[in-house]
Amino acid sequence: MAIRLRVNGSDHTVAVDPDTPLLFVLTDDLGLRGPRFGCGVAHCGSCTVMLHGQPVRSCVLPVRHADGADILTLEGLGTPEAPHPLQQAFIDEGASQCGFCLSGVILTAKAVLDANPDASDGEIRGALGGVLCRCFTHTRMLRAIRRYADGLPRTR
Amino acid sequence: MTTRRDFLKTGGALVVSFGAQALLPRAVTAAPDSAFATRPSHIDGGALDAWLAVGADGRVTAYTGKCDFGQGILTAQVQLVAEELDVPIARVTMIECDTAVTPDQGTTSGSQSTPVNFNHENLALAAATAREALLEMAGKRLGVAVARLTIADGVISGPGGARVTYGELVGGRRFELPLRQTAKRKPPSAWTTLGKPVTSLDRVALVTGRFEYVHHVRVPGMLHGRVVRPPEMGATLASVAESSVRGLPGFVDLVVRESFVGVVARTQFAAMVAAAQLEVHWRPGPALPPQRTFFDFLRRQPSRDQIAVDSGDVDAALGRGGDRVVRARYTYPYQMHGSVGPSCAVADVRGDGVTVWSPTQSVYPTRSCIAKLLGVPVETVRVVFKRGSGCYGLNGADAVSFDAAVLSQAVRAPVRVQYTRQDEMKWENYGAACAIELRAVLGADGAIAAWDREAWVAALGSRPGYDRPGNVITGMLLGHAPEPLAIGPAEPARGKLDNRSNAVPPYVAGCIAGACGGDGTVASERVVTHTVRSPLFTGPLRSPLRIQNTFANESFMDELCARAGADPVAFRLRHLRDERILGVLRAAAKAVGWQAGARRGRAPAAGIARGLGVACVGYEGHNGYAALIADVDVHVATGVVHPRRYVIAHDCGPISNPDGLRNQIEGGLLQGTSRALVEEVTWDERRVTSVDWSSYGSLHLDYDVPAIETVFVTPAGVPAAGAGETSITLVPAAIGNAVFDATGARLRDVPFTPARVLAALGDVGQAG
Repeated sequence: MAIRLRVNGSDHTVAVDPDTPLLFVLTDDLGLRGPRFGCGVAHCGSCTVMLHGQPVRSCVLPVRHADGADILTLEGLGTPEAPHPLQQAFIDEGASQCGFCLSGVILTAKAVLDANPDASDGEIRGALGGVLCRCFTHTRMLRAIRRYADGLPRTR
Repeated sequence: MTTRRDFLKTGGALVVSFGAQALLPRAVTAAPDSAFATRPSHIDGGALDAWLAVGADGRVTAYTGKCDFGQGILTAQVQLVAEELDVPIARVTMIECDTAVTPDQGTTSGSQSTPVNFNHENLALAAATAREALLEMAGKRLGVAVARLTIADGVISGPGGARVTYGELVGGRRFELPLRQTAKRKPPSAWTTLGKPVTSLDRVALVTGRFEYVHHVRVPGMLHGRVVRPPEMGATLASVAESSVRGLPGFVDLVVRESFVGVVARTQFAAMVAAAQLEVHWRPGPALPPQRTFFDFLRRQPSRDQIAVDSGDVDAALGRGGDRVVRARYTYPYQMHGSVGPSCAVADVRGDGVTVWSPTQSVYPTRSCIAKLLGVPVETVRVVFKRGSGCYGLNGADAVSFDAAVLSQAVRAPVRVQYTRQDEMKWENYGAACAIELRAVLGADGAIAAWDREAWVAALGSRPGYDRPGNVITGMLLGHAPEPLAIGPAEPARGKLDNRSNAVPPYVAGCIAGACGGDGTVASERVVTHTVRSPLFTGPLRSPLRIQNTFANESFMDELCARAGADPVAFRLRHLRDERILGVLRAAAKAVGWQAGARRGRAPAAGIARGLGVACVGYEGHNGYAALIADVDVHVATGVVHPRRYVIAHDCGPISNPDGLRNQIEGGLLQGTSRALVEEVTWDERRVTSVDWSSYGSLHLDYDVPAIETVFVTPAGVPAAGAGETSITLVPAAIGNAVFDATGARLRDVPFTPARVLAALGDVGQAG
């Protein structure tokens, strides 16, 4: 079955088994590195991508349900030369160790702050409840997210 | 012949280059009795060219056998080379862990990378040797005495504007020199690149999603493999029905060897479907001992016994101690590495050679085991390190590398193997479970008069090393046995005191035949370990046995303090002689504003009780020092323990990268918090039941983490020590001691679940 995807601004048509998890299409057919396999059951967030602006777990989403979707991955958010301000905040705060979990951390944080730029630390943490970092870089990651949030225009 | 430089020019991991093995014929031999011993290889670590090369453009390429899993050692090694050679960081390329081109440095583990590569051997000595050699070459070239030369930015200058670049001196050529033992390192006081906070060199690629993990390695013609594991430990293959998967779209082959079963397909999804649909019948393994009584079970098993120290008078001291004898038993569960990304490897087994892209910590040992498993000469195997998800020790990295090699050999094509979460969690080598019993006698003066420690440690398998593929699941399924446990009584302790993974506390004198290698004052001392065959695989997990032993030793020290009515900091200081442990303990107490006094523990009230707990360690004796003070809330009604603030004083000698070090300390403290509070492998009558993140606890990113304050203590003139595992070692004890301070409840079993905390609070209530 031919599936149409718009990923990081580029259009793709892939011929795959429509039950294939979106994650495998992104990593194996499109060669993307941002979303990664972590658990296969939406427990950890490593495979997170934005679908129509909402964070989804691409490991449990059959690609048939993403046909025609507009998808953003971690590498679509910014580039090494021009990182997104949230990515820049992670660089400035030194907020990585192995880095494997970063799609879930950064994209989930972006989504919560897109919806509410005034989100409190507690609200940001609450949104990250399904995201796992086993290097336990929590302190720096939350500091980076706060740094980015503090630079956003206030809504009230 | 392809030279190593030709290999590098062709630029990268995908190029197979077996001629490289012939490059450096002289072999180097490591001490065979060392736990971190390496073997002779085709690259002579005694030669400068094994470690460093200078290009015609002045770029420096360095080769290291210590690789980066996220702990920051790549950046620190680049800083080291840049510092010694006076070039900018951007001009250094570091090649990590590739058996074609890097020296054999065994395994990157055990807090050993800093001691071995940042003091006066290996990479550090190579950089210092190169600096001296370049100065001498420049002196000859310019006709100027070396003493009158200066180096800046890779250019050597003499009086009157004479100058020559590294590239002009040796660019594109070998040094052809041995490492020079007399080569002088720059002193830390002269550092301009080392000792400065440098952001990790991988960070921009990581946060922008560009970083290439082993999971992203793609080889032309590559197929996708999955393993099909038995349901339980000890189960063996009875039958497998290929008909259940034949004809599935994309299915390529079923591979069966002994009890090893794997499927290979054209896509990941096809491999996943085939693995799920394959009909396999297994002969069951033995029943597992009940988890509820596991530690009693351990005590009844035959064991291999070791005595670290025995002054011979401990039983007598205990016998006459009467009511001044204090006893306690501590237990520590199996815990997981639980990498967030399940392990993955890619293997390409061809008639003329084997290449494996692997996240292993041990490229050379893995190469040796793969040669054994495939039945090919070791010289034809190349293992290239590619970073996986953070490992924290022996996760599935070695096993998955074996799996990929076996599948690739069977189907004669490159194969990528991706573990599922269950493959990883059910079959990794867990951190060892153990029960530790401590007894001590308090003297009439309030000091410890005798210390007696006896532990039962569950162990099976471990790192495969060069010869033991059966130490991990893949090897065992292929018919290789794990390292046997030699059951038997202990030999008396001999020679220099061996700290035995912090089984020996810093408070004992550590005297063997009159030579006292301990860090403390207690002369009546005995430290015994019984190693028991584990029903589940075990292996090194960040701070292996050090965290278990330190939990017991430091919790017991707190119990002794309470019994003696002494202040926990002062009581520790009283029994220590080592200046560096004393130093971190004093620094932590000062930073937290420690109020001296006995910690009797208050009777639990309603609401939140708050307390401070202290713990300290000399990691492995003398490989780094730290003292931690935990400020902890205890929710009395629910039993929830919540650390609010950690203050840690840390001494690892001269610091290569303070930002990287802080990152490691912070990560260690929080990982330790997770291990202290929620992590425990569970099982039923037959099999492990911790198979995902709902059945194995880990503190997710919603956890309200404690504030962390770090104090660096850096005595002058000491060597660089390990720093990756020091902070985590202290966390369970510091939290437990804080809970006692807050409530009077003593926690002796990790993890500190609300149920256990409530039970301990109940004990206090009854006692009160």
